[in-house]
Amino acid sequence: MPIGNGSSSGSKPGHRPVAVKPPIPEIPAPVWRSFKDLQEWEQLHQERPEGDKHSAAFVSITEGIHSFPGGFVVTTVADAFLNWARKSSVWPVTFGLACCAIEMMATFASRFDVERLGMVPWASPRHSDLMIVSGTVNIKMAPMLKRIYEQMPDPKWAVSMGSCANSGGPFRHGYFVVKGVDRVIPVDVYVPGCPPPPESLLNGLLLLQDQISHFRRTGKRAEPNPKVD
Amino acid sequence: MTPAQARTLVSERFPAAQIEPPAEGAPVTVTVPPDQWFALARFAKDDLRCRFFSFLSAVDWKDQGLEVVARLDHLDDRVGLMMKTKLGPGVSACPSITPIFRGADWMEREAYDMFGIRFEGHPDLRRILLTDDWEGHPLLKSYAVDTPHPPYR
Repeated sequence: MPIGNGSSSGSKPGHRPVAVKPPIPEIPAPVWRSFKDLQEWEQLHQERPEGDKHSAAFVSITEGIHSFPGGFVVTTVADAFLNWARKSSVWPVTFGLACCAIEMMATFASRFDVERLGMVPWASPRHSDLMIVSGTVNIKMAPMLKRIYEQMPDPKWAVSMGSCANSGGPFRHGYFVVKGVDRVIPVDVYVPGCPPPPESLLNGLLLLQDQISHFRRTGKRAEPNPKVD
Repeated sequence: MTPAQARTLVSERFPAAQIEPPAEGAPVTVTVPPDQWFALARFAKDDLRCRFFSFLSAVDWKDQGLEVVARLDHLDDRVGLMMKTKLGPGVSACPSITPIFRGADWMEREAYDMFGIRFEGHPDLRRILLTDDWEGHPLLKSYAVDTPHPPYR
């Protein structure tokens, strides 16, 4: 069995080189020379289409159960159970951008302790459900933010924390500031403040949990249901 | 060397230079025409021994055009030299002092990035902070703040 290629000809005799399959499809490795390369690389990784979040078989089975007489009891109970599970383990990705991240860290720390709500700040977007955009997003950072958001598995949520992420804040008239992170990713809860104190962010996270509990089987985002004090 | 001696040396070497009157705590501030900019930097480094290049920036004076500002310091004596040159209205070309001070390299790239000043003789004049496909120079007074930049604003 011929293994190896020309590059492995210099190996020691007796050492079997390991055949490595070429990657499929041929996507060039990310080159971080300049911003333009990143944009080209971004074009190769297109967004998934909207209908791609559930498989067609899953959708047809659940639709069949739901339209069966009395079947809505099964689907709504399953929805309620799944939403309870989802809202009880929201893992935010640690994505601190600016000074709001200090308040975010204070919220994650022991005094306010979001871990009692089931939130574990996690350092990988691939294991996370929530992105807290804490800080000013500028035009150079927006593609990176979008890439990290795209790496999170569905269903996923986003909280825009602070004036800068909501609308640009005091830097709104700067030439390099994205005027609200909702121009880059969809946002579920906006937390006002400059910066928001931990109590405010905690209230936003509770609002998000309330919103998750109304999450629908279709994958559509529910209308926010604000708690009234 | 004292600041007074530095003033005398500069006024002898550059008769066309405008030297501002001495003030408490202010550096020696010299304004020269752009064609003497390189010579003033060479003179300041070799003769005045102001070997520490502090910064280089620019000012947009709207109708009067752009002004390039650089600050040099003497490391042993308390002599600071503030070099200025007015490019004139509509002019965006200026001699580069990067061959004299290596530290001026990125400063001039930033001035080019923000003000569009083309430093002649710079080894690698391209944008340093903004992206390569950015249109315009944002610190100019004529730059519209709300210039659209797809896809994010």
